[in-house]
Amino acid sequence: MNTEEQNEQRARLDKKLAPVRKMVQACIQCGTCTGSCPNAFAMDFTPRRLWRMVLMGKTEKIFQSRTFALCSTCYTCTLRCPRGLALTEAMSALKQIAASEALAPYAQSVRFYKSFMESVRRHGRVREMEFMTLYFLSMKNPLTPLQYTPLGMRLMAKRKISIEIPSKGKERLEAMFRKAEALENQP
Amino acid sequence: MKYIYYPGCSLEGTAVEYNISTQAMIRALDIELVELEDWTCCGATAAEAVGRMIALALPARNLAMAEGMDLGADILVPCSACYLNLKKVAEKTRTDAVLLKNINEILDADGLGYRGTATVRHLLDVMSRDIGPDALKERVKKPLSGLSIAPYYGCQCLRPYPVFDDPETPTSMAPILNAVGASVFDWKMGSKCCGASMMNTKPEVAIDLIVSLLRGAKGADAVVTVCPMCQMNLEAYQKRASRKAGEDLTISILYLPQLVGLALGLSERDVRLDLNLSVTDPFLKKLRD
Repeated sequence: MNTEEQNEQRARLDKKLAPVRKMVQACIQCGTCTGSCPNAFAMDFTPRRLWRMVLMGKTEKIFQSRTFALCSTCYTCTLRCPRGLALTEAMSALKQIAASEALAPYAQSVRFYKSFMESVRRHGRVREMEFMTLYFLSMKNPLTPLQYTPLGMRLMAKRKISIEIPSKGKERLEAMFRKAEALENQP
Repeated sequence: MKYIYYPGCSLEGTAVEYNISTQAMIRALDIELVELEDWTCCGATAAEAVGRMIALALPARNLAMAEGMDLGADILVPCSACYLNLKKVAEKTRTDAVLLKNINEILDADGLGYRGTATVRHLLDVMSRDIGPDALKERVKKPLSGLSIAPYYGCQCLRPYPVFDDPETPTSMAPILNAVGASVFDWKMGSKCCGASMMNTKPEVAIDLIVSLLRGAKGADAVVTVCPMCQMNLEAYQKRASRKAGEDLTISILYLPQLVGLALGLSERDVRLDLNLSVTDPFLKKLRD
């Protein structure tokens, strides 16, 4: 990416961040979210600090951080926030922005989610093996599937999953997906 | 009693025993289940990370299908992730007419429309408030005496919408476990997160959550779950968790309707105990005694 592209991306990110800032506008920095988060121990910035960064418009730092990718959507912070802020949804909004810009620190999660959604788009329901195969293909790393092999073998032995070659299917939900994308891309 | 049944994708694959045991238990209680016609994926946690509108339209499509069946019955959902996704759309559209309009614009592409009348219920909600411990107790054929069971609720059937239980210190499973003759293992981890899909994207972090849950359950004969993701995380990585913890964390993990079904006189085969990834010999011995 050259400097001009970087600046353009930065401008897009700033714009996309505005609605998230609105979501956490009333944050009083009490830290209840951090104290409630089961994954805070693994984050580079605690949730409270992340919200501060959102309010301060520290776009670059926010999207370099792995904090929002580590949100496992347990909703404990949302439940406890004394200001009643939809913090889990704000985390998801950050995930969406990172996904839409294909940002590097979040790439593995994005590939996982996109593979999942591709299977849904094609068939209406998730085919677990197809989606994992799509995921492995998207990683372009021959070692990734090995990480999942022991569990995969156990599930296959129970006939819970079977080898599935990705197929185009009936493009079951194509029309809905297109319409949703069109609505989202409206200014 | 009659419900529209939304199994969801996991219950057709890795959680097929949750599907089979839920249906077997409900049948044993003379309750009618009608599977939702042409149901599709709820979006899981993936849709929300990829696009806001598709994440709302996918569950809405199923709510619209349920309304179309015109049965006047609640939608029964065993998977907590599906439950929350369906519930979220029902809740959000109730107060947001613009959102409802936008969702309907998307559904229109599939020839459907959502009116906002469908009621979404989690399986645990139905077991605890509609069926109730008293009715269960009456039907128990094989009391599970001598078994100490750790109730695990997970997150998304409790939060962010507190419907049938306290979202931080849930207790709704206790009367159910007592009704079937088991004792309730006293632990504080019942509503702590299992890491959910993070076990796939950030396993090095999620394994720590699993270690602390399995450690907390030490001393119980089994943990019962009401969500396919919780079940998978607790049962599938016990070896890795034990290695990390430096102690043996092996324990039986069952779906709640499997355990209740056994007490109602269903066989181990009926509730497909053979499909679970972690059922220990000491547990089976106690169960069969």
